[in-house]
Amino acid sequence: MKVVLEHLTKVFPGRKGRKQDVIAVNDFNFEIPDGMLVGLLGPSGCGKSTALNLISGLEVPTQGKIWFGDTDVTEIPPENRGIGLVFQNYALYPHLTVLQNILFPLQNLKGKDKLPKDVMLERAKKVASLVQIDELLDRKPGEMSGGQQQRVAIARALVKTPNVLLLDEPLSNLDARLRLQTREEIKRIQQETRITTIFVTHDQEEAMSISDLIIVMKLGVVHQIGKPQEVYDDPHNLFVAEFLGTPPINVFYGTVKDEALYIGDEKVLSVPGISDQDVYAGIRPEGFILDENGPLTCRLKNVEVMGRDISVISTHGKTKTDKDIRSIISTDNIVDRSSGKVRFSLKPHKVHLFSFETEERLYFQNSRSERHYED
Amino acid sequence: MKTNPAKAWLYLIPAIVFLGIFMVYPLVDVFIYSFEEGYNFASQSYTGTGLFNYSYVLHDPYFLQALKNTLILVVITVPLSTGLALLISLGLSSIKPLKHVFQTVYFLPYVTNTLAVGLVFMILFKKTAYTDGLINMMIQWFGGSSVDFIDGPYWAKMFVLCFYTIWIVMPFKVLILTSALASVKQDYYNAAKIDGTSTWRTFARITLPMISPMIFYLVITGFIGAFKAYQDAVALFGTDLNSAGMNTIVGYVYDMLYGDSGGYPSYASAAAIILFVIVLSITTINLMIRRKNVQY
Repeated sequence: MKVVLEHLTKVFPGRKGRKQDVIAVNDFNFEIPDGMLVGLLGPSGCGKSTALNLISGLEVPTQGKIWFGDTDVTEIPPENRGIGLVFQNYALYPHLTVLQNILFPLQNLKGKDKLPKDVMLERAKKVASLVQIDELLDRKPGEMSGGQQQRVAIARALVKTPNVLLLDEPLSNLDARLRLQTREEIKRIQQETRITTIFVTHDQEEAMSISDLIIVMKLGVVHQIGKPQEVYDDPHNLFVAEFLGTPPINVFYGTVKDEALYIGDEKVLSVPGISDQDVYAGIRPEGFILDENGPLTCRLKNVEVMGRDISVISTHGKTKTDKDIRSIISTDNIVDRSSGKVRFSLKPHKVHLFSFETEERLYFQNSRSERHYED
Repeated sequence: MKTNPAKAWLYLIPAIVFLGIFMVYPLVDVFIYSFEEGYNFASQSYTGTGLFNYSYVLHDPYFLQALKNTLILVVITVPLSTGLALLISLGLSSIKPLKHVFQTVYFLPYVTNTLAVGLVFMILFKKTAYTDGLINMMIQWFGGSSVDFIDGPYWAKMFVLCFYTIWIVMPFKVLILTSALASVKQDYYNAAKIDGTSTWRTFARITLPMISPMIFYLVITGFIGAFKAYQDAVALFGTDLNSAGMNTIVGYVYDMLYGDSGGYPSYASAAAIILFVIVLSITTINLMIRRKNVQY
């Protein structure tokens, strides 16, 4: 079922005049197509959990509407919205077994929706096998690992076959290895059930790796919506560019003069179509080409050999933060360390320019990637 | 880590010495007294050994009355006070305005002196030549006839004792249960809400199991406390509890030790041991039930 948010706003009033009102969700307008796995991505405190709570109905919006399909659910209480919610800490009932936990939502059904016991059991077992916890049905939550508890929580959310599945930071309580495994698992379960799924995360890698669509937000405002690769290749502003990608994008102070980008005194790239101004020049780590005659000169600091590729770590006086520049180049190159300097030329579509004042993206010819996105 | 038994014992000595002198030794002594017939403190002598003390106590109508009173008190006050405390705590946790005011009000009896409260209860309930007391005035107002709760029929006196006991043990239970309720994470309630759980079912299947360890704690300590009741009865009915027919087991033990004729330590010890056995059995049963029902 598609989910549409229309001018959705949530304001938390400040406490007795001492604090300002907090706009946790500011004028959300977007549509999540049916059957997609969507990542709501942003740094902590950006209002993504509030957005999720609004969709679930646990929070009431200050303004705006929420549609599930053609139904306006804004005024409908959570239990009648047909949603499944997986909490960050799973919120499994500790005194009930796994099976009792999964049965719990079904046992709540009343009147004409009431199910006979054997049907409930059958449905619980079916969903348990979907998330592969058949073996654990008699255990209590305290006797299971974090990953197993996560599966039980998903099973409990799915057992009523919700229209929309919501996951709040589903992987944050798991260790690194389990996290990789579980995100694949979420993807698989979503693909098998085709239930529209929205999950909240602050981890861009997590969002990029499994989402069909990501929504990048900051301080209650949506900054960009798109397919992960699209958002990565074509960030609309500096925040989105800096937030996505590991290693992160390298940002320089630059100047555009006569349709050419200068970093320091060096003319590094021609940027046709951009008027003279100060800019932020963001260069993706994979946008550097090792070139002894290249226009960008950096001080070489270190070379990390990763096997598959090489990380060249260098510094430059014009970087936005005093961070090192991290460039990833192919192992075909040999880095000459003798001079203490390293020179690069740049791939134009990996260089993103942003206005110094507004931090909005400035487009020049060739600045968009050649890639064509399929729907 | 290297263990050093000598050092460990050194650290344990103060506690062991004090517990030994003031707890273990008296307990053992009481046990021994209870089998020594006609023990006399002054001469430190006794006339024989055997089970006569127990037989005497168990046939003493005063003891039987005290046992009956205590059992009635336990059976009525423990469930009622715990249940009421749960209701009050649920009420307290669901209101926002004036919450702290109410919490303070409910906690007041805890910090008030038992005897002072007893005095107030006496004034409320007692019938004298000059006044029928506030409660009787209310009863009359509703069309009933007045009852002397302090010197009147047994059921009336028992009612006052139970009422008083519940009132005095309530604040502690409310305090414990309010904090137990507050410690149940909101996420569980949110999860229940999304699953469309009814209020009653949320309470019965989520809240109650979550706070059950605390409820069991209150029931167990409540049983022990009620079995040891004494000062509440004294506060209401004065020190001559036997003639008022309102004695408790602890009261009986006290009377046997220091009562008017004074000095039957052997009978007192036997009664104390009987009380100990009763409390031990009840607590064991409680713990067995608890182990079956609270499992996380």
